[in-house]
Amino acid sequence: MSFLDRTARTWLLTELLSGMAVTLRYFFSPKVTINYPFEKNPISPRFRGEHALRRYANGEERCIACKLCEAVCPAQAISIEAEPRADGSRRTTRYDIDMTKCIYCGFCQEACPVDAIVEGPNFEFATETRAELMYDKAKLLSNGDRWETELAARLTADAPYR
Amino acid sequence: MAELWTGYVWPTAVIVARILAIVLPLLVAVAYLTLAERKVIGAIQMRKGPNVVGPFGLLQPVADGLKLFFKETIVPTGASKVVFFISPALTFILALVAWAVIPFDEGWVLANINVGVLYLFAISSLGVYGIIMAGWASNSKYAFLGGLRAAAQMVSYEVSIGFVMISVLLCVGSLNLTDIVHAQAEKGWFVFWHLPMFVIFYTSCLAETNRSPFDLMEAESELVTGYNVEYSAMTFALFYLGEYANMILVCAMTTVLFLGGWLSPLPFAPFTAVPGIIWFALKVSVLLFGFLWIRATFPRYRFDQLMRLGWKVFLPFSLVWLILTAGVLEFGGWLPK
Repeated sequence: MSFLDRTARTWLLTELLSGMAVTLRYFFSPKVTINYPFEKNPISPRFRGEHALRRYANGEERCIACKLCEAVCPAQAISIEAEPRADGSRRTTRYDIDMTKCIYCGFCQEACPVDAIVEGPNFEFATETRAELMYDKAKLLSNGDRWETELAARLTADAPYR
Repeated sequence: MAELWTGYVWPTAVIVARILAIVLPLLVAVAYLTLAERKVIGAIQMRKGPNVVGPFGLLQPVADGLKLFFKETIVPTGASKVVFFISPALTFILALVAWAVIPFDEGWVLANINVGVLYLFAISSLGVYGIIMAGWASNSKYAFLGGLRAAAQMVSYEVSIGFVMISVLLCVGSLNLTDIVHAQAEKGWFVFWHLPMFVIFYTSCLAETNRSPFDLMEAESELVTGYNVEYSAMTFALFYLGEYANMILVCAMTTVLFLGGWLSPLPFAPFTAVPGIIWFALKVSVLLFGFLWIRATFPRYRFDQLMRLGWKVFLPFSLVWLILTAGVLEFGGWLPK
């Protein structure tokens, strides 16, 4: 009997037809495509994108040149030089990130005691030349100014879980 | 002078016009079949498919064509130059030449010859030469293996296609494609009489046109893309066009042999009012959708499985069905005169 059953299934192509029924159902199912440049997926507040150096509300830069980020960076993408400023506060004279080395692990923002270096929500910073990916302090600060509203919102949103 | 005009120039002009009337819509159909393939497979994989170039991506084939046209034709150093350039042209021309005998509607046929089926069979068998030549002339191991596989596969499946055709022809008593459709007007579509043969024919057509799940010769995972791996730009485009024109051709063949060509499915008023060419195009489209649907559903066969299916399943089964058909027709007294 099982022989008959098996033979009938083979010759009537039941497996093939049921497989095709499955794909036909998917043919009519709603599509999941995101039309990327026009539509984008929501991203988590913890998303680790392009780096930024933040400032305090009074415009003073947060970074105190403790070099914890430089020390923790597993890809050694960060290089910092620092000396006391005229008013006696400790600030960086140079803060470079080699974005081609960076692995976007987020250790720098974890290490930072003053929330100065953060990874923002921006992931669309492709460039036409390699040199443009060698970020310096001015570039990172301008990123911070550009994204500050969103960076602050992300930190607030994530705060209860930390 | 008048004789030259009426005897040669005017008939030539008429024939050229008719050829263009077949080939141009065919090429448009081929272009949009590539779009339809991407759309259908996309939909089955829950994607949208191309939708950026033009409304609903309708200009995508044009963009693809332009891209291929402006690319550089690369000829491998070790290639046999003449054969390398002949083979894509051969594939493309053979895919178009076969359309001469396909009847689109009552009397809408370029050459209503009495050996139409034989001609189709011959041309589709010749198609394999373009691929073998491409595989050999490229002087590349992938292309060569692809060409070898294509030869073995197309030869294997042509045998069962031949037997299926003979079973149909026994019921018609003519090799003329128009007569085959007329016979179906009297006796009902042959898909009802020869349903198992229809399945075998359709599957063999998949193998014959090297479509998934029988696309062994262009298996990306093993042979990169098989016989056309060394081709680029327009030479590649010709292979591509030829492959899709062949797909439409075998679907048209299936329509004529089994689905009653241009006949309407129900022989009364609202259906018979629709022009035959529309029914023909609809039937071909449904079969082509089946090609794409099958491609999106089934994984690729292994080569020994492919040969087993061709020689150990399709061939004996179609042979038995042929003898059965012949016997029933002979002893039932239904043999056509």
